[in-house]
Amino acid sequence: MSDTAIHAPVLAADGTPLKRSLGRALRVQKMRALALIAPLLIFVLISFILPIGDMLFRSVENQIVEDTMPYTVEELKNWDGASDELPPEPVFRDMYFDLFLATEMKRHTRLGSRFNYESSGMSSLFRQAGRKLTDAGKAAQEALEEVDPVWGERETYFTLFNAPEGTAVDTDLIDTQKKRIRSLADEAPKGEMDFAPSEQASALLPFSARVYTSFAVITGMIKNKAVEKTKPMESLYLAMIQDVTRPGFSDDLKAYDGPFKDDLARLATGGLTAPDYTAIFESVDRAWGNVETWRVIQTHSGAYTSGYFLNAIDMQKTPEGAKMQPQNKRVLIQLFIRTIIMSLTIMGACILLGYPVAWLLSNVPTRTANLLLMLVLLPFWTSLLVRTSAWKVMLQQQGVINDVLVWIGLVANNNRLVLINNEIGTITAMTHILLPFMILPMYSVMQTINPSYLRAAKSLGATNWTAFWRVYFPQSVPGIGAGSILVFILSIGYYITPEIVGGTKGVFISNRIAYHISSSLNWGLAAALGTILLVVVLALYWCYDKIVGIDNVKLG
Amino acid sequence: MRFTTALLASTALTAAAGMALAQDMANSMTIVSWGGAYQDSQKKAYTEPYMKAHPEVKISWDESSNEAVAKLRAQNEAGNITWDLVDVVGADAMRLCDEGLAMEIDHDEFLAPGDDGSTPTEDFGDTIVSDCFIPQIVYSITFGYRTDMVPEGTEPPGKLCDVFDLEKYPGKRSLEKRPINNMEWALMCDGVANEDVYDVLATPEGQQQALDKLSTIKDSVVWWSAGADTPQLLADGEVFIGSTYNGRLFSVIEEQKQPVAMLWDGQVYDFDGWIIPTGLSEDRLARVKDFVRTTTDTKHLAEQAKYISYGPARASSAPLVGKHAELGIEMAPHMPTDPANSGNVLQPNFVFWADYRDDIDTKFQSWLAQ
Repeated sequence: MSDTAIHAPVLAADGTPLKRSLGRALRVQKMRALALIAPLLIFVLISFILPIGDMLFRSVENQIVEDTMPYTVEELKNWDGASDELPPEPVFRDMYFDLFLATEMKRHTRLGSRFNYESSGMSSLFRQAGRKLTDAGKAAQEALEEVDPVWGERETYFTLFNAPEGTAVDTDLIDTQKKRIRSLADEAPKGEMDFAPSEQASALLPFSARVYTSFAVITGMIKNKAVEKTKPMESLYLAMIQDVTRPGFSDDLKAYDGPFKDDLARLATGGLTAPDYTAIFESVDRAWGNVETWRVIQTHSGAYTSGYFLNAIDMQKTPEGAKMQPQNKRVLIQLFIRTIIMSLTIMGACILLGYPVAWLLSNVPTRTANLLLMLVLLPFWTSLLVRTSAWKVMLQQQGVINDVLVWIGLVANNNRLVLINNEIGTITAMTHILLPFMILPMYSVMQTINPSYLRAAKSLGATNWTAFWRVYFPQSVPGIGAGSILVFILSIGYYITPEIVGGTKGVFISNRIAYHISSSLNWGLAAALGTILLVVVLALYWCYDKIVGIDNVKLG
Repeated sequence: MRFTTALLASTALTAAAGMALAQDMANSMTIVSWGGAYQDSQKKAYTEPYMKAHPEVKISWDESSNEAVAKLRAQNEAGNITWDLVDVVGADAMRLCDEGLAMEIDHDEFLAPGDDGSTPTEDFGDTIVSDCFIPQIVYSITFGYRTDMVPEGTEPPGKLCDVFDLEKYPGKRSLEKRPINNMEWALMCDGVANEDVYDVLATPEGQQQALDKLSTIKDSVVWWSAGADTPQLLADGEVFIGSTYNGRLFSVIEEQKQPVAMLWDGQVYDFDGWIIPTGLSEDRLARVKDFVRTTTDTKHLAEQAKYISYGPARASSAPLVGKHAELGIEMAPHMPTDPANSGNVLQPNFVFWADYRDDIDTKFQSWLAQ
């Protein structure tokens, strides 16, 4: 063979280089394998990873505030929350119109609940404000009608703000209002409506045009009614007064050539006074005149927040930065620590109790082993609640164990042991429930240990103990590892058993998560607690991998 | 001949009208309730008569009232409301209403007037705690005690504050593992007048005062979280006295004949009723409306009291309350609203708890963990 023949690429039968041909064949095989597991992969992704991701995302998500009161949030950025002064008038003004629209869409109470997680009383503050803001609008309507009854008619406003065919339409305005209503309503505004905001009117009367357009989108595209024939919401009247009393209105009016020019001129000179929004809010509830209320709103107005995570570790978000909660509100860190310590204790108890059982199982004849295995599995097949309730019967003060101890005379009748509604109850019941998860991996690993190793060690002069400790035990470590991981991870997330037998000292962090999911509806905080728990488990898993090595874990 | 034709025609017309009506309403309904004796009483008093009158309607039950708030929110977010009518307590109705998950209703338009001619708003009175809430029953959270565990020579407990008196009545107590009611009771037994309780509880000092009072019995308390716990603890002799729903105590005393007696003093009223989820389709909503209007009238509400010892929410139903359907005993003396039982009653303040629940609950849990 010549040198050239050696360096020339080896060719497959069809003339392509063998390397490429082989690569293609392998790729096809890999794709086929992937296609085989694709259903499972997609199933896991859709039913498991995505929902969990969505839930965890709630721990930082805070869009409701910006969605519900976009203009207020924007205006609040100009206010220094650390100062002792109330926010300036424009904040109250935007708050009025934002909150009015939110009430119209029945979102104000949801916003109130959101803020109530941070400060007590916000819930009522927002719930009540809804109704009372209407009064200010009605008063404004009367003032307008006093100048000229034409301002009390719904058609007036339609004609004023609608752009007749052929005139310029303020498309920006309608697009922003559609987007805004979309985030307030459960459905997207759809269909055509009989209204388009006139550019001229919106330049002259910016607030009223905005209020009227948002009203039109709700009426025409959500409720599907004729905008022209519907009575506008009351905030429009206040917005009108706001617009015609603004400085420079008379000058702008000169350039205006739309409908109601003369009527608007009469409004401007009609002796109307600019609305005092701060006073309106203070008359609704004194708390609106409290700087603290606005600090809470400002601190929690971002679209994303670290507030839930801070709450999850007994801290709180304030205008001055993160601070510890007062002493009498700290409980969660304590629960995290307790959860980990007790889970480790339960894991240790499972190892101590499970190891001899697993050893016995793997060293008796198969027939006996199967029978014993049934005994291990039998409780495993019983409902969790039944097993937990059974422990209640056993452990309570008038229960079986105490009765027996009293009968033997070990314990005085009036001094019965407290075995339940505390740590002991939780550890006992959970150790029992989780024991099979420890025994099964240990058993399957021990089965593979060749008994001749032990005999060899003994024949070489080792004592029973040395033979066990130096030869048998190291080989069973992968089973212990697998069982420990299983038991620890399961117990860290347990909540039914601690809830039933744990009393006050034996409850876990998962009990708080359950409370926030199902009772307080503070899903943000629940998600933050869950995320921390997940991170703790992953961190412990990582430590385990570093110390013991994950390759050493075997399930059989 | 003509007569028959007319008869046939009118029958056909009625049938057609009936069909048209039926088409407007969905023929199946999922009702959510609490399970157990309470749900049975609803079946007997409401759904069975309704299904008899409307044989085309199928009703299925879901025993999820306990997690109704969270589940409704999940259904709402997923955009798939599977429930038509949900039985919840007053506080949950308020929260669901605030969250926009329950439908706001006009009670006077939606519900039937009382048999005595009163409007629904007058008839239901204070029990309408939220714009979304259609009340059914008045129940109360109160105490029951073991008669055989009262120390010899002492008279049985007759006052709420006996719960806090460890010297006179030693033994364990069971209280619910949440601040609501416990905080109020603690203040009422620490010298605060009933009408001032919520004003005091709104201040941090008042909250501390209540916790301090609870601390005096903390070591003797077994904390419960399910309504069945206290009856069981009493039956086992684990506790001497404990709080729970009055209907649970009724069944311990009258049905299971345990040596337990009621302590009505200081009972806290609570209300239970329907809410309608937002976002139902029109035909489903029409059916629910029809069902609710029929089954919350004066007679149906009074009928329920035959099967369980909870008082009807309508004032006009009270005179109609009769005997227990199976035990044959007069039900009126077992109602929380009976004059003999309602001498010292605390009216719960749902608005207060909607505002302060998160804050006080955190403090309460922190206190529990100490």
